[in-house]
Amino acid sequence: MILLRIDPSSGVATYLQLVHQVRQAIQLGVLGEGDQLPTIKEVVAELAINPNTVLKAYRELEHEGLCSGRPGVGTFVTHSLAPPSQEVQIRLRSELEGWVRHAVEAGLDTETMVGLLRSVASDSGIEEVA
Amino acid sequence: MNALDSAGLGRRYRARWGLRHVDLTIPEHAVVGLVGPNGAGKSTLLHLATGLISPTEGALRVLGKAPGSREALSDVAFVAQDAPLPRRMRVRDVVTLAQDMNVRWDADAVESRIDSLRLDRGHRIGELSGGQRAQLALALALAKQPRLLLLDEPVASLDPLARRGFLQALMAAVAEGGLTVVFSTHLLDDLERICDHLVVLGQGTLALTGSIDDIVARHAVLVGPAGRPLPRGATVIGGNGHGGHQHLVSITAPILDPGWEQLTPSLEEVVLAHLQIHSGNKPRTPAHRLEVA
Repeated sequence: MILLRIDPSSGVATYLQLVHQVRQAIQLGVLGEGDQLPTIKEVVAELAINPNTVLKAYRELEHEGLCSGRPGVGTFVTHSLAPPSQEVQIRLRSELEGWVRHAVEAGLDTETMVGLLRSVASDSGIEEVA
Repeated sequence: MNALDSAGLGRRYRARWGLRHVDLTIPEHAVVGLVGPNGAGKSTLLHLATGLISPTEGALRVLGKAPGSREALSDVAFVAQDAPLPRRMRVRDVVTLAQDMNVRWDADAVESRIDSLRLDRGHRIGELSGGQRAQLALALALAKQPRLLLLDEPVASLDPLARRGFLQALMAAVAEGGLTVVFSTHLLDDLERICDHLVVLGQGTLALTGSIDDIVARHAVLVGPAGRPLPRGATVIGGNGHGGHQHLVSITAPILDPGWEQLTPSLEEVVLAHLQIHSGNKPRTPAHRLEVA
């Protein structure tokens, strides 16, 4: 069972914070297929947040195909996300190094590069991860 | 059916209107934050909903019934500010008294809540901490199994730990289902995690209301080059803290101008901007009140 938490100062919507934490736990292998998420009542009693927020987060995870709810029982992880292989990570990294070189030559600082990456990711429909 | 429905609701105290022109719809099962500065009309609205006072004009229905009527009262619970329980009575006697005054009563729920709070049933109310008294009042209010729970500033006088304990108990009750909660507060920081609907009052009138998702979706922070005309459908409501080329706007149509980057504002800044406008102060970026392109 994972412990969910909330950072009120992050500026990220509460339900998205929950979605990100569960997704990350699945990506890191902390949660595997068949593992149960804390029940809505457990999360609410621990974090003092609106139950509808937890419900919304779990629905989003179901929508993404990562979890599925069994009425009266709870919500379970149905999918495991293997991290990209080392080979793929190395290739992505070297491609990015080329791009960063161009960006530095064009006078961009790190913050602007990150902003650009975010903007491209969001344009291509990938949800921004805080 | 809605938990609260009002049209043209107003209440006058002698020469002064405490509340006026309030058109409200609160769906059942919502958790509603009733927000505004002191004197904005929050308590007036709660007192009207309980039937403690009557409207001067307009109409109000509570769960489809007249506020204060026998049918409404059996489904409505109200905890007044600072949980005013008789200070000299003992915990167990207050519980018995409350039980005698209500038709529907979940005695097991009260007892188990008192146990989990580790309250001594022999203690007098005056000997309890503010947090314990607030929790006891909540337990008593929930024991009558209301469909609508009205709370006037339930956490205002509590320390952070007591406040958290109270909100945990309240949210756990909501998770059981079937309950609509309206609570007034002048604190904005917990709103987003506790509420799903907002009613913002300023100077006795409605400044903003709706589901929080809708409210956030109807606003944006626009970032663009200085001097660029604002896109169609955007109205500046504030710019504080965003510098010259950022505007907090309310939007009535999707922003299509690619020259503006659109960010999601925090609920707190949206509420503050509306309160500021409602207090009679103009948004602090007059130079950017440009007409649509």
